[in-house]
Amino acid sequence: MAMTDVQQAPAHHHKPSGWSRWLMATNHKDIGSLYLWFSFIMFLSGGVMALCIRAELFRPGLQFFAPELFNQFTTLHGLVMVFGAIMPAFTGLANWMLPLMIGAPDMAFARMNNWSFWLLPPAAALLMLSFLVPGGAAAAGWTLYAPLSTQMGIGMDMTIFAIHIMGVSSVMGSINIIVTILNLRAPGMDLMKMPMFAWASLITAFLIIAVMPVLAGVVTMVLTDRHFGTHFFNAAGGGDPILYQHIFWFFGHPEVYIMALPAFGIISQVIPTFSRKPLFGYTSMVYATSSIGVLSFIVWAHHMFVTGLPATVQLFFMYATMLIAVPTGVKVFNWIATMWEGAMTFETPMLFAIGFILLFTIGGLSGVTLSVAALDIQLHGTYYVVAHFHYVLVAGALFSLFSAMYYWFPKMTGRMYNERLGKFHFWWSMVWFNVTFFPMHFLGLAGMPRRIPDYALQFTEFNSIASVGAFCFGLGQLIFLYNILTSLKNGKPAPALPWEGADTLEWKIPTPAPYHSFVEAPQVEADHNGSIVSMHGDKHH
Amino acid sequence: MSLALNLQEPVTRIAEQEFHLHTLLLVITGIIFLGVLLVMLYAIVRHRKVAGREAKQFHENTTVEILWTVIPFLILIGMALPATRTVLAQKSAAGADMTIKVTGYQWKWRYDYMDENLGFMSHLATPRDDPAALARPDYLLEVDEPLVVPVGRKVRLLLTANDVIHSWYVPALGVKQDAIPGFLRDTWFRVDKPGIYRGQCTELCGKDHGYMPIVVDARSETDYRKWLDERKKLAMAAADDPAKVWKLPDLVVRGEKVYTQNCVACHQASGKGIPGTFPALAGSPIATKDKPGHINIVLNGSKRNAAMQAWGKQLSDTDIAAVITYERNAWGNNTGEMVQPAEIHKARAGTS
Ligand code: HEC
Ligand SMILES: [Cu+2]
Ligand SMILES: [Cu+2]
Repeated sequence: MAMTDVQQAPAHHHKPSGWSRWLMATNHKDIGSLYLWFSFIMFLSGGVMALCIRAELFRPGLQFFAPELFNQFTTLHGLVMVFGAIMPAFTGLANWMLPLMIGAPDMAFARMNNWSFWLLPPAAALLMLSFLVPGGAAAAGWTLYAPLSTQMGIGMDMTIFAIHIMGVSSVMGSINIIVTILNLRAPGMDLMKMPMFAWASLITAFLIIAVMPVLAGVVTMVLTDRHFGTHFFNAAGGGDPILYQHIFWFFGHPEVYIMALPAFGIISQVIPTFSRKPLFGYTSMVYATSSIGVLSFIVWAHHMFVTGLPATVQLFFMYATMLIAVPTGVKVFNWIATMWEGAMTFETPMLFAIGFILLFTIGGLSGVTLSVAALDIQLHGTYYVVAHFHYVLVAGALFSLFSAMYYWFPKMTGRMYNERLGKFHFWWSMVWFNVTFFPMHFLGLAGMPRRIPDYALQFTEFNSIASVGAFCFGLGQLIFLYNILTSLKNGKPAPALPWEGADTLEWKIPTPAPYHSFVEAPQVEADHNGSIVSMHGDKHH
Repeated sequence: MSLALNLQEPVTRIAEQEFHLHTLLLVITGIIFLGVLLVMLYAIVRHRKVAGREAKQFHENTTVEILWTVIPFLILIGMALPATRTVLAQKSAAGADMTIKVTGYQWKWRYDYMDENLGFMSHLATPRDDPAALARPDYLLEVDEPLVVPVGRKVRLLLTANDVIHSWYVPALGVKQDAIPGFLRDTWFRVDKPGIYRGQCTELCGKDHGYMPIVVDARSETDYRKWLDERKKLAMAAADDPAKVWKLPDLVVRGEKVYTQNCVACHQASGKGIPGTFPALAGSPIATKDKPGHINIVLNGSKRNAAMQAWGKQLSDTDIAAVITYERNAWGNNTGEMVQPAEIHKARAGTS
């Protein structure tokens, strides 16, 4: 079973070396690592832009950047974080872990997998280089609302092209995930038994395939309005600027769940492990996740309550949005019930998972507040919205990713990370995250618009606090990088089962995971959430 | 200075309803959050792994699961009912006492009193690029001409925009409505308390999105009437004789004012523009040689780039003649040439 059992085939056949190992990568682990490193670099780049924004907003007056450059930072910060950091990070994790968790030898389409990844760096380059072209980068906000987006320079065209490429990449990645999960599960790993992380990845992949083409379509319409004389969004030519928003948010709201569902999946693996207890309500978790996926298609106009929709339309979207709180609540309650009467320990992955639950709950509750159309009239377009979606995306998506990285690091690398540094990273992030984003609720309530480079004096104190918080939070992420880099080299060798309560399939194979795992599908007997009762017949080399 | 932690103090019935809705939601969501937090803390303290403690292995409980699906649902209905009432109230603009058309421009507002034959632009009044401006109490929230309205009257706003989408937001009035180019949207308010209420554009609308504040000055009926009369007289007096023949220095002085109010945001005080985005006028062929071309682009805007709009729609013949004359004589474009209002009048006849 162990690596040493297998001696045939020359080494280079298993594990190509040098640059071609990465450029021609078809191994899901290599591609997963590429995705993860790429997304971390994007996370740092987007983070630097965020710090530029916060530096400018530290006090009133313009100190560092002209308004047009400030708008480029807010726009690119959003695009880079959403399409460059969070989405690829989840795809990377799915690449790394899914085959191990469901007993597949690799992803279904290994060469397409290579393409899915290698499309991303050129797209990222287009985005970054657009700062250097005349007129600078796109400055219409990550939502790229028309007709503002029809006014910009060539930076906007580069952004549109980058979105096309990233869209193709994520659709290909999703096809791979769906086919892998549906066709390559080991015998005995039934759909209603497989890990929640697999379920979440599966549903997310369907959402991506459904909405990324919609995004590609709407930015293409902007492109043709800009250059080819169409008038989709130009009222003077018979078009309608609001049409853009309907199409964009038909993509945009499911996109929110594209960034949230995989996080739910991760938390649903980590909490049971460190509670030493099975996930509470596995079946209802599957149904809750699916219904969130379905509902996410009929709530998009909650982003448009101030565009002047008729009352009946406002009410419909308000009710539908409120409804999503029910399955989301079910998930939170299930996680807590999993912890209840468990035997918990609090290693770094668990800390990040608990932090996730608390802060995501705050983000969810401010989301319910925003869904109330009558009140959204006050809050739309203000810092309250900024606070809300950072609670969902930073404390949500990002914390879950940290949780996952610490959780699976031993399995991926065969080494332990530094637990003390990990815990420090958690507490540091937890404190400064809240210092940064909690005051933004107050700024929004008081009426401070988002996306402004300078502000009225009554907003000063909370902006200064938020800026200090942001710089500390940002610096703290270097702790993570340091921990990863040093542990990769000098970390203690990981035991086969670093987490006492971990019982999913990836923990039943050697550590670090062999380069080619499950070359023959194992026969497994699985229980809910992918926990393995018994397994035999697996082969790796 | 006291830190604002809540919505601004409401001065309309609607804003008050919004305020109460927020309080209600804050209480409900606060209780839910505290509940989640306490249960979790309890588990963290009591259900940690200590010697001899085994985790209980339960993983299902239908009653509990039904309860925590149904109870949140009922709570949501409790929130939806008052919210629905407020939505309907916000949307009933019927029976207004007066109508004001609000137009968003990059980057200023225009107010037209539909029943009064009065209209004017409202620009940011805080000086830009002046560090001393930070000492002004209403930094970035002051305008040269506020929207003046009577208290106690239902004011209906008709909103549209000239270029991109803007959003008209005054927190104390509880009103926020997008202004969309090519479309009319309406909203309404009735102010109960005289006073000055400040807000901002809340839809990203380009470079100076942060610099287009809104000021509403609500006055008693009599004060409002008095203001209206005076403002109309002022408008009459300011109206130019379109046939007047101007002298160069006067036209340049007038033109500089027009330029500062309308063009400086893009083409800059230096006339050098912003490379790659807004072209320089200093030394440009259009502003030094091609006079008909110059008149044409200012009057009718650019076909290539919508950011350069048709100024003929909002500026008078005199203003356009003045700003063109200014541009042809500023920043070293010393052509010495003049454009008279009559020429603009003729150009309009030719193109409209
Ligand atoms: C919102 C930004 C904006 C504002 C405000 C603006 N312009 Fe322009 N202007 C532009 C852009 C963009 C162009 C280039 C149009 C093109 O490429 O066809 C332009 C072009 C011009 C040109 C032609 C320059 C050349 O060399 O081709 C003139 C003249 C001009 N503007 C005058 C004015 C005047 C006068 C005003 C004020 C009444 C004004 N602009 C206000 C954006 C603006
Ligand atoms: Cu949404
Ligand atoms: Cu605006």
